[in-house]
Amino acid sequence: MTNTTHSAPWDDVGSAGVVPARIVTFTDVPLASGRALPSVEVAYETLGTLSPQRDNAILLCHALSGDAHVAGWRESEALAAGWTPEAGTDWSPTDSATGDPDAAPAAAMRPGWWDPFVGPGKAFDTDRYFVICANVLGGCSGTTGPSSIDPSTGAAYGLDFPIVTVEDMVDIHVALLDELGIDRLLAVAGGSMGGMQALSLAKRYPQRVSACLAIATTWRLAAQAIAFNEVGRRAILGDPQFAGGRYYETGTVPRHGLAVARMIGHITYLSDESMHDKFGRRLRDRDDFAFGFETEFEVESYLAYQGKRFTERFDANTYLYMTKAMDYFDLAGEAATLEDALADAFTENPVRFLVLSFSSDWLFPTHESREVVDALRAADADVSFAEVQSPYGHDAFLLEPEAQHSFIVPFLAHTLTERRGGEQA
Amino acid sequence: MSPADLLRADLRLITELVPHGSRVLDLGCGDGSLMAHLRDERGCEVRGVEVDHADIAAALARGLSVVENDLDQGLGGYRDGSFDIVVLSQTLQVVRRPAFVLGEMLRVGAKGIVSFPNFGHWRVRGYLASRGRMPVSKSIPFTWYDTPNIHHTTLKDFRDFVSANGAQIEQEIALLTEGWHRSEIRRVNLWPNLLADTAVAVVRSR
Repeated sequence: MTNTTHSAPWDDVGSAGVVPARIVTFTDVPLASGRALPSVEVAYETLGTLSPQRDNAILLCHALSGDAHVAGWRESEALAAGWTPEAGTDWSPTDSATGDPDAAPAAAMRPGWWDPFVGPGKAFDTDRYFVICANVLGGCSGTTGPSSIDPSTGAAYGLDFPIVTVEDMVDIHVALLDELGIDRLLAVAGGSMGGMQALSLAKRYPQRVSACLAIATTWRLAAQAIAFNEVGRRAILGDPQFAGGRYYETGTVPRHGLAVARMIGHITYLSDESMHDKFGRRLRDRDDFAFGFETEFEVESYLAYQGKRFTERFDANTYLYMTKAMDYFDLAGEAATLEDALADAFTENPVRFLVLSFSSDWLFPTHESREVVDALRAADADVSFAEVQSPYGHDAFLLEPEAQHSFIVPFLAHTLTERRGGEQA
Repeated sequence: MSPADLLRADLRLITELVPHGSRVLDLGCGDGSLMAHLRDERGCEVRGVEVDHADIAAALARGLSVVENDLDQGLGGYRDGSFDIVVLSQTLQVVRRPAFVLGEMLRVGAKGIVSFPNFGHWRVRGYLASRGRMPVSKSIPFTWYDTPNIHHTTLKDFRDFVSANGAQIEQEIALLTEGWHRSEIRRVNLWPNLLADTAVAVVRSR
């Protein structure tokens, strides 16, 4: 007998392999604001295999800074790193970011944003489920957004891009499902802004989904969360390089404003405890205070690095549009209360819900998840809920695969069993 | 053994008190074994409340709906009278506010079924009387300083508690579970507060 070391599935970085990017185009897309887009390209990726019954599809919705690349390695980057299609998709680069992306060399390939959660044997098991992830409307990673070309002018939209809402994002997701021939998802899932999309899709299209996983999210932003978003927006709008959103034409980027916005955002994703554990009051590369305003504390250097990296991959206008979409989001809609809004939402088409929150998340705190759970209880919906104990703040939804795995795996497995009308395996 | 035989003795008895097709809320539902039994064998519609994460995960695997909910915070969300029956098995003694929890049970449910260890059992009394120490037994297996059981009650105390809180006992079943094979329980008719180690009561608002 040989001894084998069994590592947990979530530790198997990039196990989803090489994933190609795909594009689909929709025309004449109406929006909640009353405006319309003549053409919308949607960048998406799929993992796993759609069952012959087409009943195992799961839509994963990304958060503010995410994209369609949810797990594994980008095909384009893999090709650049020497991978060839003949080698098959089960491939890993020699030099890759591991569990802590901040510890990896900047040049290292990074797996998808929810890599510990998506792949063979992971919470969203690509051996069992067909996983879809699309860059949201208004995004900057392949889907039409403010950095895309406005066909009527031939120049980038900039701030002429219409305001998009979470509902608009969901409508495009549903159009994508139509395109893929998926009448009814097994599940829609997401964390943070992705959770808002998941909740919105379940409420507005209950006939299109069997289960909804809403993680580290809320049904509407509280004043504090809107306030942080607004400070981020002001930093971008006030950057001289922003040029009224037309910086594409000037060839500049409002780096400073976008970096500051990201730094503020990043603080709200962490917690007092995790920042203390990670940085304390340590100084970087020095033993004594500089008695000046250079970056000297570890935490300052970390935030500066996060801000800088973000400006290399993210569009400042998209940041404005995403934060606005979140601020506008209200699952209650026109109804007086969330309870009223959900009262009859799932009577004809029952949707099973799994809501997860994190103890140290102060951006979308547990009590906001409980409000969703209570409204679902009042609506007599099938809802399960747990608050995961974690020091990682809002980011815990990205950093705590083990605890989430323990709830997501049985929840999805039973949803599929029930859907197939069979006995439990 | 039938599936029912695998249930804890008091849970087996509770299933017999639940009419077919009832809407049932199980408070402190553990891994959901009672809920699954009521759903599969008695056609009940079931919901659960639990605080232990491993138990919640186990209940999810059975396809049950379980919400992490500290009972002392109430049963937020559930509308008045949403359930036919609310079960509180072996949990009354661990809550901080038993009267509040009883009130919430009878707010959301028409009836409550409460099971609890009887601190009036002769062995418990004997243990305290003879050894002069807080009793530790099979049904109360904790030291006093490290126990989830912060509100011990006897059968007689329970009757007073129910009536002092605007409710009434519709049915009371005294049981002897210790010292018997787990698939066997015995009803106690004579001197229940002395001879029963466990009690099950059906309660409703007065």
